Amino acid sequence: MKSSVIIFPGSNCDRDMDVALKKFGFKNQMVWHNDTEIPKSDLIVLPGGFSYGDYLRCGSIAGKSRIIKSVIDFANSGGLVLGICNGFQILTETGLLPGILQQNKYLNFICKNVFVKIKNKENKYFKNINKEVLELHIAHNEGNYFCSNDELKSIEDNSQIAITYCDHKGKDDEMNNPNGALKNIAGIFNKDKNILGMMPHPERMIDPFLSGEDGSLFFENLIGSL
Amino acid sequence: MKLKVIVTLKNGVLDPQGKAIQQTLNGMTFENVSEVRQGKYFDIEVNESDESKAKSQVEEMCKKLLANLVIEDYKIL
Repeated sequence: MKSSVIIFPGSNCDRDMDVALKKFGFKNQMVWHNDTEIPKSDLIVLPGGFSYGDYLRCGSIAGKSRIIKSVIDFANSGGLVLGICNGFQILTETGLLPGILQQNKYLNFICKNVFVKIKNKENKYFKNINKEVLELHIAHNEGNYFCSNDELKSIEDNSQIAITYCDHKGKDDEMNNPNGALKNIAGIFNKDKNILGMMPHPERMIDPFLSGEDGSLFFENLIGSL
Repeated sequence: MKLKVIVTLKNGVLDPQGKAIQQTLNGMTFENVSEVRQGKYFDIEVNESDESKAKSQVEEMCKKLLANLVIEDYKIL
């Protein structure tokens, strides 16, 4: 299976993602933001970081970069596009995913492990993960998911909520909401479930000695479902 | 010609920075400040002499890049 990770100036999780994808069997290539074509891929990843210094709004400049047209075309033709953290912000700025990631409610940069509840397994990203709750890492200043009431209704009606912040038992209430995100949303799909944006970093949880292995479950499932 | 644009958060959208500024002002000598909303200001030089053309271009810029209409409104001054 082939994957491509797009590098923007200011991306800083691109190499971690490259290591993670290769560890689980992807043939990964790195693609520069100023290119216009993406090599043949089964998966495109927009990595975490601070693309273009988070100028204007997080992800807004990357959302207009030269490579993005190819990402949008790939996504619209049904290809799998995964955006992690800043990648999620870029996906909302391109309009591929609804809503926006605002500044965290309490104005703090959050860097810690959290639990997330898998809300929808009828998709390639979570299909065969044999757990309901994953422990993953978050590190962001703008992860406070927001959208209009109409959009939220549409997201819920189409089962587009992918994961929500919760406690270790899966309780996804306000007490377990680290950043003020609407409905504890940590990740969402597009209607067709081929595009996933999520704030947590699965690529940081693939080493039993350094972190945990719930990220491994994510990548094992992903390559297995392609 | 030069155009000025102000981008602000829509009413009802949480503005934690504005709230922090308001609370800081209240803690100084400005107890009567009841709300602060923070926004962005842009000076845009467009090489275009026709004012209405320039304005409609800037309007496009606002919709496509300068403001995210999910949470922000824009005003061309």
